Amino acid sequence: MNFNNIQNLINTLIPSLPSWIVFMSAAIFISFFVINAVVMTGALTVWLERRLLARIQSRLGPNRWGPFGLFTPIADIIKMIGKEDIVPSTADKKIFNLAPIVLLVPVLLVFAVIPMSSNSFLGQLNIGILFIVGVTGFNTLAVFMAAWSSRNKYALFGAMRGVAMLLSYEVPMALSIVSVVLTTNFILNIEGSSLSALSLVGIVEAQRIPFFILQPLGCLIFVTAASAEMSRAPFDMIESESELGAGYHTEYSGIKFAIFQLTEFLAPVATAAIISVMFAGGIRGLSIIPGSISLIAKIFIIVLIFIWIRATWPRLRVDQIMNFAWKFLLPLSLINIFSQAVLLQIFLSSSSISNTELWIIAGINWIIAAVSIFILAKVFGHKGRAKNIPIPSPLANMEFKSE
Amino acid sequence: MFGFGLFKGLLITLKNLILPSRLFTTHQYPDRKVGPIELAKFHQDWQNTSFLQFLFNNPIKIIQSLLGLISIKDRYPQHSRFRGQEFGWYENRCTGCASCAKYCPLGIIKIETSRSGIDLDEGQKYKVDVFDIDMGRCMFCGLCVEACPYDALFMGSGFEESKYFRQELNIDIDNLKNNDTKPSNWFRPQLEGKNYDPRGSGPLEWNQVGRHEKPSDTEQASKWGKR
Ligand code: SF4
Ligand code: SF4
Repeated sequence: MNFNNIQNLINTLIPSLPSWIVFMSAAIFISFFVINAVVMTGALTVWLERRLLARIQSRLGPNRWGPFGLFTPIADIIKMIGKEDIVPSTADKKIFNLAPIVLLVPVLLVFAVIPMSSNSFLGQLNIGILFIVGVTGFNTLAVFMAAWSSRNKYALFGAMRGVAMLLSYEVPMALSIVSVVLTTNFILNIEGSSLSALSLVGIVEAQRIPFFILQPLGCLIFVTAASAEMSRAPFDMIESESELGAGYHTEYSGIKFAIFQLTEFLAPVATAAIISVMFAGGIRGLSIIPGSISLIAKIFIIVLIFIWIRATWPRLRVDQIMNFAWKFLLPLSLINIFSQAVLLQIFLSSSSISNTELWIIAGINWIIAAVSIFILAKVFGHKGRAKNIPIPSPLANMEFKSE
Repeated sequence: MFGFGLFKGLLITLKNLILPSRLFTTHQYPDRKVGPIELAKFHQDWQNTSFLQFLFNNPIKIIQSLLGLISIKDRYPQHSRFRGQEFGWYENRCTGCASCAKYCPLGIIKIETSRSGIDLDEGQKYKVDVFDIDMGRCMFCGLCVEACPYDALFMGSGFEESKYFRQELNIDIDNLKNNDTKPSNWFRPQLEGKNYDPRGSGPLEWNQVGRHEKPSDTEQASKWGKR
């Protein structure tokens, strides 16, 4: 199901309609479908996350409403809608009201280009990956809009930290995407495919073996940077509850807060969709299973991993986060691009690719990943730094006379 | 340093997720959801029939419980010495000595007595006209119960007694008379010796709760007659 199919369908059902009406109705149909499906997924993710976190912490989680508490999100939403919508009197009202929408819409837009079958909803957008990088960049803007317009110092602190973090993690994320595009381009060129290396369909097409096996380093960097981008644990410094109240959405209430909450829980789904397309082969999988189902299964597994990580790891400090981005992920992603380019040039220069060549590249990449992580950890890890020499206590050198 | 600690942490949370021994430490109140096996155990039919028969007899209930729709009443086991609300009081035992009122640190017990003119042969006994306890201020210290020389006053065992108005918390003599008295074992070793459980067993009568039986006339004569 995609845009062109629906246009054709409408044309055959009701011939002799003006083309712009067909275009508009197809667009409305698609967006209605995508938005509803995605928002429902978000609500279910809220439930799943709360249940799983509870289970991991030996608690029960929500279980009162409906079977296994499945209706809890609905009750939540009803409660949120019923609450008073407060706008602070000193707030910049236009921007304050716009911020939740600016935060939510990019997450929905991501799903428009995810190839759910051999096509995405919008057809084969030939710059899909650039579209995603551009659209998710709105995240930073929305966070800052929300915080700045609400005139709350805690919100502003959160947003300041957040903007610094989001900007610095954009760099390794984009660089890891570069290495994916590079590999795709090589493979598609040799296969003589007409697809663009920047389109998600092309990236899926090029994954004879999934890219998380072919370039583990790129996958690691992307997952880390993406979980920082959606400001999720262990990088949830934007809204660290213990220090900042709720971070950038401190002043929000009612349905606007619900939108923030929804986005927060939708972000892992969107990120998992991107990761499963870029690194886990997207709709590729067992031939008996339909492509869309295997994609959904992959998204589900990656969301589970995100929840697992959130339940386990503590939040990083501000300086640790920035150090991690600039001292660890950036060199790692440069190493990744460089080694990937060299390997592709060496092994894939012939006119056809065999799978053994790809497996050899994958093996070398795993070794490079292990060695580079080892070296970087040696250089930048705690043991590599100059140690504080403890000042000995004055009592230590005292001699006690024995009688 | 190389991030192995991160994976150790992940393994620990995975253990929490999977191992059944680490599952739930939460006790649900006032009811909890049950699966089919537990449902069968709590169902009355369980006593007569086997689990499989129960399964065949109530397929709808089994499906509902599999969906997590069935809940049963549950309550954390409560110690029999729990000091709760609804004091237990026996009019037949109370002499109106008002020791309880004097011992209460907050002074919230109010007792008014009058001469009854009955039980003259056992010594003059007062008639208790007013016995008010202001539960809104009671701190459940149990000193009134400790002070009672005739085992007439007992702590209760309830804790779900929230009311909408403060004055509803006052217990007066009619309340104390009409309630089923299920005394708590607090400071009453004679009840503890009988393994009495206020939440499980029925109410007790006034002549069952004493520290010892009333001595017979011959016993009285042999023990105290010479003095
Ligand atoms: S339990 Fe303590 S506070 Fe309550 S009535 Fe008895 S003596 Fe007073
Ligand atoms: S101390 Fe016991 S016997 Fe005396 S008045 Fe109070 S309840 Fe009655």
